[in-house]
Amino acid sequence: MPHTHPETELHNPQSTKPPLDPHLKALENEAIHIFREVAAEFERPVMLYSIGKDSSVLLHLARKAFYPGRVPFPLLHVNTGWKFAEMIAFRDEIVKRYDLDLIEHVNPRGAAESVTPFSHGSALYTDIMKTEALRQALDAGQYDAAFGGARRDEEASRAKERIYSFRTPDHRWDPRNQRPELWNVYNGMVRKGESVRAFPLSNWTEVDIWRYIQAEDIPIVPLYFAKKRPVVERDGMMILAEDQRLELLPGETKRDEVIRFRTLGCFPLTGAIRSDATSLDDIISELETATVSERQGRAIDRDQSGSMEKKKREGYF
Amino acid sequence: MTAPATANAVQEDAAGHVLAFPAADTARATRDSRPLRLITCGSVDDGKSTLIGRLLWDTKAVKEDQAATLRRDSNGKQNDLGLPDFALLLDGLQAEREQGITIDVAYRYFSTDKRSFIVADTPGHEQYTRNMATGASTADLAVLLVDARVGLLEQTRRHATIATLMGIKQFVLAVNKIDLTDYDRARFEQISHEFRELALSLGVRQVTAIPLSALKGENVVYDGRASMPWYDGPTLVEVLELATTRSAQTVGFRLPVQRVSRPGESFRGYQGTVAGGSVKPGDSVVILPSGMVANVTKIVTFDLVRNAAVAGDAITLVLDRQVDVSRGDMIVAIDSQPLTGLAFDAHIVALQPDGIQPGKRYWLKSGSRRQRVQVQPASQLDLQTGKWEHAEQLSMNAIGKIHLVFDEQAIFDPYEQNRTTGAFILIDPDTNNTVAGGMITAKRSALGGIHTEDARVILSLPADLADQLMATELFAGRREDAEVRRVSAGKASEIIDTIDG
Ligand SMILES: Nc1nc2c(ncn2[C@@H]2O[C@H](COP(=O)(O)OP(=O)(O)O)[C@@H](O)[C@H]2O)c(=O)[nH]1
Ligand SMILES: [Mg+2]
Repeated sequence: MPHTHPETELHNPQSTKPPLDPHLKALENEAIHIFREVAAEFERPVMLYSIGKDSSVLLHLARKAFYPGRVPFPLLHVNTGWKFAEMIAFRDEIVKRYDLDLIEHVNPRGAAESVTPFSHGSALYTDIMKTEALRQALDAGQYDAAFGGARRDEEASRAKERIYSFRTPDHRWDPRNQRPELWNVYNGMVRKGESVRAFPLSNWTEVDIWRYIQAEDIPIVPLYFAKKRPVVERDGMMILAEDQRLELLPGETKRDEVIRFRTLGCFPLTGAIRSDATSLDDIISELETATVSERQGRAIDRDQSGSMEKKKREGYF
Repeated sequence: MTAPATANAVQEDAAGHVLAFPAADTARATRDSRPLRLITCGSVDDGKSTLIGRLLWDTKAVKEDQAATLRRDSNGKQNDLGLPDFALLLDGLQAEREQGITIDVAYRYFSTDKRSFIVADTPGHEQYTRNMATGASTADLAVLLVDARVGLLEQTRRHATIATLMGIKQFVLAVNKIDLTDYDRARFEQISHEFRELALSLGVRQVTAIPLSALKGENVVYDGRASMPWYDGPTLVEVLELATTRSAQTVGFRLPVQRVSRPGESFRGYQGTVAGGSVKPGDSVVILPSGMVANVTKIVTFDLVRNAAVAGDAITLVLDRQVDVSRGDMIVAIDSQPLTGLAFDAHIVALQPDGIQPGKRYWLKSGSRRQRVQVQPASQLDLQTGKWEHAEQLSMNAIGKIHLVFDEQAIFDPYEQNRTTGAFILIDPDTNNTVAGGMITAKRSALGGIHTEDARVILSLPADLADQLMATELFAGRREDAEVRRVSAGKASEIIDTIDG
């Protein structure tokens, strides 16, 4: 299949990697445009960094957008204390390698009131340790813009969201009264206390993310690749059984399975999939024949349909 | 992708559980071009959401767990084919599900083995026209739905007009629910004919009319030959696969400066997305509005120093001399400059309940440039007659012509020529909300308050040339401003002689 790469990128002697195809190039250009626009228009931007594949792509695009300068805003990691250990190790390595400013926030109520996914149930736990924690962190930093890696193809209410998603001072999203957003002209005018969430990856699909990770050689957490790992079956999900804090319930047994994760979050709430995909090529071909969506492995999204919208109205990303 | 419409049927058991899915044979879309962006529009209940749901379903963009959710949410609300309510795939907001309508635009993604698509499902209610305009602003193609039983409505006219104003040149007329007319060919042809007339009056020449049933999936992805042997045209997806994406590469170079990058003493670069034309090292450029001239030394990106950049590329430009450039300025080709001035004419769509008030000062944002502007409505489009009527102010959802007067130099291209540098939004300084989307039509010379609005020019042209001129979109947009008399060459020179005295 002959590719119609812009002539400009052909035969560049300094380029070692093959140019992006026009589809990914268009998505990259759009994302970089959004990064620059927000960085220029807002006083205190921050980037939500969740360590997953979308965050990895988001970070890569931020570095591209501001090159040769540094990324001109900090990264915010809202930690619940229940992330996969490999995620935290990866995060620290990336922050060092790319010379980034990282802010980590954990809701103090977690420790004070012993809020865990086991004791409080996934809905309440998410509400306190993610939504409330995020609001605390955004208020503390007085950020007027927060980048997120959400994509419209993830979920039906996200499909409705603007690229600049306006939030009231108490972080609420009013889906019925969103500002019109025409062309790529973004309205960044907010009053004190108000803010926007900005989504540079709005128009990316899951396959686009993986193809871009491959094309750009972006580092990701190894949990995305298949390997033999200890798991336990719970609530119809396979949960990673590595963390000391995971107590086996009566009738549960640990066993080894060759698995990987399609999304990463809190280990007790994230289901693994059986897979032999050990390379990006494998992942992409697995995805292209997949018959279930990526959110299926997430307990918090399955509660009820419309639950994402509800969480978003309350300030969840 | 042609196969009988039944080939895509989902097998399921009596309880509605999915037993077998259409084979997941979605091949990798070739990524030879950027995704085609399209909107569906039309009146309420014409089947827009159902059509997109059907497109997603038949191109296998719906996954099993989503289908299961869909089935659960349909709550027995199935059609006679035992298929779920596809609209629920799109109407993702609680309020939309409760009311069974589309309130806000939803963006969805699907691909065939030829190409990938971004589709915006827009609301049909007049009250939500702003969300339709939002979807139209970036679209390459519009799918306009009409209910075969009902025919064209005012909303069809409104949407076709907004889509045209927003620069969409390719239309598909989807004559939907054709199953409910017993696949009536005469009906289809009558509606297509009516629409072609409307399209012509708007200056649109690329129209494909397709009889289809979104619900049954006939002529959407799979052909409907079994029910409509009389139709041998393309399916919707076939039209979409062949449609063209637009780019602004053939016009003059434009770089709206988003930010100035100064990581250290030695580097100073201007960051932005090329909004038109192309640029390479050595090119001479002008910085607007200052008018200073410089040469391009380098085009910097993360990966490599490039030897050229084209419209759409996000770049960092380095110039050969110290010049004063800041956010909101535009770096442009020296030999093909945009219009600069204090007064412009534009088309707008009013998007908020307060409409557009005469003489009010708004913020105008175009590209990365934001400035104060005073807005004077001039006329409003009457959708019934297609004529522009004088107007002092514009109410919500009105399509109007306005005059813009700036305190400081503004920089635009006509929207016709450049969909980026000719577009703007108006922001109400009292609410900070976006109150209008606008498209520049021309620059005005507003010297000393003398308006050239009434100026008239008499041209004497050969008839064939005049016909060509009148067939242009520019002319179609301003038909009512022009007076055309056909006279013999002799008569013409007589008239002109008397004017010249
Ligand atoms: N018989 C039939 N019904 C249809 C067709 N397309 C849509 N409908 C029905 O028309 C109604 C309105 O459809 P919807 O997609 O919500 O319309 P929208 O308001 O334009 O988004 C729903 O009940 C659909 O099932 C079709 O091709 N044939
Ligand atoms: Mg609808």
